[in-house]
Amino acid sequence: MYSEKVMEHFANPHNVGEIPNADGIGKVGNPQCGDVMWLYIKVKDNIITDIKFKTFGCGAAIATSSMITELARGKTLEEAKKISRQDVADSLDGLPPTKMHCSNLASDALREAIKDYEAKQAAKKA
Amino acid sequence: MYFDHSATTAVLPEVAEAMTPYFLEKYGNSSSIHSFGREAKIALEDARKSVAKVLNADPTEIVFTSGGTESDNLAIKGVAMYKGKMKGHIVTTVVEHHAVLEPCEYLKRFGFDVTIVPVSSEGLVDVGDIERAIRNDTVLISVMMANNEIGTIQPVREIGKLAQSRSIPFHTDAVQAIGKMPIDVKADNIDMLSLSAHKFHGPKGVGVLFVRKGTKIEPIIQGGGQERGLRSSTVNVAGAVGLGRAAEIAIRDLEPTCEKMKTLRDRMIKRVPELVPRSYVNGHKTKRLVNNAHFRFDFIEGEGLILQLDFKGIAASTGSACSTGSLEPSHVLLALGLTHEQAHGSLRITLGRENTEEEADYLLEVLPGVVSKLREISPFNEKSPMGPGEGGTYVQ
Repeated sequence: MYSEKVMEHFANPHNVGEIPNADGIGKVGNPQCGDVMWLYIKVKDNIITDIKFKTFGCGAAIATSSMITELARGKTLEEAKKISRQDVADSLDGLPPTKMHCSNLASDALREAIKDYEAKQAAKKA
Repeated sequence: MYFDHSATTAVLPEVAEAMTPYFLEKYGNSSSIHSFGREAKIALEDARKSVAKVLNADPTEIVFTSGGTESDNLAIKGVAMYKGKMKGHIVTTVVEHHAVLEPCEYLKRFGFDVTIVPVSSEGLVDVGDIERAIRNDTVLISVMMANNEIGTIQPVREIGKLAQSRSIPFHTDAVQAIGKMPIDVKADNIDMLSLSAHKFHGPKGVGVLFVRKGTKIEPIIQGGGQERGLRSSTVNVAGAVGLGRAAEIAIRDLEPTCEKMKTLRDRMIKRVPELVPRSYVNGHKTKRLVNNAHFRFDFIEGEGLILQLDFKGIAASTGSACSTGSLEPSHVLLALGLTHEQAHGSLRITLGRENTEEEADYLLEVLPGVVSKLREISPFNEKSPMGPGEGGTYVQ
């Protein structure tokens, strides 16, 4: 059973799409398990100015993807890195126990996108 | 609108009506000798006769149980462990319901061997494979009459004949078959057959195991010796009455109902692949339950599909892992040779006697939009199939 908030975000997910020339991309999950998320970020002055996602997965996977875009937008990279799986679940008024692990990939995707951004920045400097 | 009749069905008003007196006034225990008991016993035996007639069996061969799962458990454990035997060999198939596969798995703990026969990409069992699986110590063959997910109808008659020629008891799970095809335990050489009332417009919590006279079987539930010793527990008289009435109706209406469902099914199977790009039909073209249409769509996951359809007022189901609470997609879909990714994107439409052409049209109208909405959210498409994409790697 999903919370109303999960159903809301699943029915009308926020920030679906790709960002051409994204500053960082995070790809997590595994299609075998049924959940894959691609997350795109745009960063300016250390702040996430734009964020979009594409997700293959169940209701929870899509809702957590939508929620992370709301939680991360406007945050500094340091703040964004601190967003945990639990934070995402809490913001959605909880997730069913079976979904906590397999479908709650959004915070991992965000960290991967930031890591990708930082690696690209480091490469530019070098 | 309801397109999930393989999950369960509504109790028909005339079934509910037949049952009601056995809750309210005629509440006797069918084992009691006073008038209350006798009244219940008469109703129970009438129900038994109705079921027997539907299956072409003798009333003494009908055992009432709590449902399909118990019937399967009784058939498998009751025959395999007869007289305390703790070894032997069982032949079954990879597409059986968990209610068959799990008891077989359980018996392995005690020393039984189990051969699980594969199926074709359409879900069909090859009788030759069953024959080759048989050993000198084979004590049971269990093959379902029709599959609950993809609707493939198995060559039960041939398997029954084979089992008979080798003197091996043959069990079939006919839970999905009743009301959608004729069943004849004599013609089909069946020794044991499982039914569940709620799959054919009867109540939940009651089922039947047909056990041919002379079958060496013993109970798995011990107690007061009801049901000729094979299933102790006070009999669910109202449930049995409901099952009996539902079985009568299923057979009475078999032809027109099947005709109607088949027309709708064929329409879905034809139209869906035309309307939705990269969609595929699972299961067999002709050896298929009249009420089953099963699809798979590239690039999307089934739970999302079911929820989106639910928003539009359509109830259906999927073999995706996410919908079942396990991490594995349906074992039936994997047995067809589908990959995990493919199995996740499945949709099962199961029709019932009440579904109309208008409802089928509505489903066909809504489905393409729902699939494309989910595809817009999905990172996968023709250019980027189910992989990590250019330069990407997955972190798990």
